[in-house]
Amino acid sequence: MSIAQEKEMWTSKLRKSWQKNLPVEKLLPDTQPSYVASWIYLFGVATLASLGVVIASGIVLAFEGASWYHSSNVGHFINSMHFWSVQFFFVFMVVHLWGKFWMAAWRGRRLLTWITGGVAFVASIATAFTGYLVQSNFDSQWISYEAKDGFNSVGIGSGFNVTNFGQMILLHVAFLPLILGVITIIHVLMVRAKGVVPPIDAFNHELGERK
Amino acid sequence: MSNRRAELEAAPWSGKTRPYDLIKEGVAALVIITIAVVALATLFGSPDDKQITFKQWAVAAPSDFYATAVQELAGSSGTGGYGAPYNTASDGVNLGPLHLAKIMGVTHPVDTVNDFVITPLTTVVNSGPVADALKQWQSSDSKTQAMWATNYDGALTKANQEPAKVPAGSYGPVPQLATGLLSMARAGSLDGALLSQGNYFQSDYTKQTLFLGDGSYFNDQSTASNLQGSTWGMMNETGRYPGQAWLWLYSFWYQIPPFNNGDSHPFGANADAWIMVIMGALSLGLIIMPLIPGVRSLPYKIKIHRLVWKNYYQEENL
Repeated sequence: MSIAQEKEMWTSKLRKSWQKNLPVEKLLPDTQPSYVASWIYLFGVATLASLGVVIASGIVLAFEGASWYHSSNVGHFINSMHFWSVQFFFVFMVVHLWGKFWMAAWRGRRLLTWITGGVAFVASIATAFTGYLVQSNFDSQWISYEAKDGFNSVGIGSGFNVTNFGQMILLHVAFLPLILGVITIIHVLMVRAKGVVPPIDAFNHELGERK
Repeated sequence: MSNRRAELEAAPWSGKTRPYDLIKEGVAALVIITIAVVALATLFGSPDDKQITFKQWAVAAPSDFYATAVQELAGSSGTGGYGAPYNTASDGVNLGPLHLAKIMGVTHPVDTVNDFVITPLTTVVNSGPVADALKQWQSSDSKTQAMWATNYDGALTKANQEPAKVPAGSYGPVPQLATGLLSMARAGSLDGALLSQGNYFQSDYTKQTLFLGDGSYFNDQSTASNLQGSTWGMMNETGRYPGQAWLWLYSFWYQIPPFNNGDSHPFGANADAWIMVIMGALSLGLIIMPLIPGVRSLPYKIKIHRLVWKNYYQEENL
């Protein structure tokens, strides 16, 4: 294969771009800038760890079916793990989000990192909401009855019918986790590729600004 | 923000570094959170208040069920007058001149007369009076049916939902049909009939949910559980469990004017639509916040970042 041919190949282009932007040293670094020394940095990884527990408990629930946890002690325990891990997930994610806001973490061409994080937050709310709709108990009956008015009022209800259990459970266990999973992976890869945003005043000296 | 600053902030860090075991941190987080989740699941479990069935409703509140069945026949129930996506009875809520639900059309058709009352009654063997009533109803034209049902609905309302106090009138077979449906619900056969609608496989609970919501019983249960929208219900959970706290901002708008002004006010009557638009705009705003002037400057003006990078600022004398 000639060099010219290789340059034209999409596969070669993707490999070179990957090697340039996200070499394995960036993907799995063993050092971090000295400013990465605050408890606030723990909330990103805590969010991911919670998501891991959410997914693991959700997979067990998916295998056993939507009604399992009503009649089985083991099922109820796994459902409880799913419930509490979602609570942790949101608490950690919100703290992570606020932390990144006050750090203005979109600086240094990290806008897409922020945007993917924001999309992941909204996708998480949608995924959790459909989860509450498929509990198959009184709470899910009431939530679907109440929420239909909001979605119907702006026409979304014509396609997204919260009282359709079959549609909601498919969205909850298949489509929305897929979206959330993909966007989370992209978000994490961007963080690794771009590195942790430096302090706001880190380059004042280089730019000739007063300390 | 100068391009030069952006370049410096984007470039790989060339200052001091420190060892950082990413994988160890991740595994530790996973272990600690798993232990915490298992502990909470063991100690507190999770909410699981039993679903409400039509049998439960018909046994606990027969008058309410009976009156709701009559309203379904008369088309005066919440669902009967809802509009799109269920029927064309009204224009639905609006955003000024825009009736978005109406524009999208009737995508989940619900005929309260047949779907909620007549079709379920045809799936069981009825007693003589109910079977006769069904025949009389089915052999009448829709104008006469509507006249009977509307007459009886009005009379029942005036009689405080007590059938025994309803004066004689031109009600046709409506009282017998409502009685038949009440018997069917009490026996526990209405739940299945509403779901199946003549089919075997079914996973769409729209009709049951709408019928259930048309009565007072379902609403009363949710009020008792503090789940109503006017009391932050969308973010609440049954029992003493945390709910969807992340919906606090969505719930918040329902608690303040003009959205809680009731149906007499244009914003109160159309609060659902306006709040959806507000939340859609705010969600978009969150996603593109670094592009919004003013908001994106807040971290520079309110220097909370100095707490995050406290050691760095001290070391660098910034």
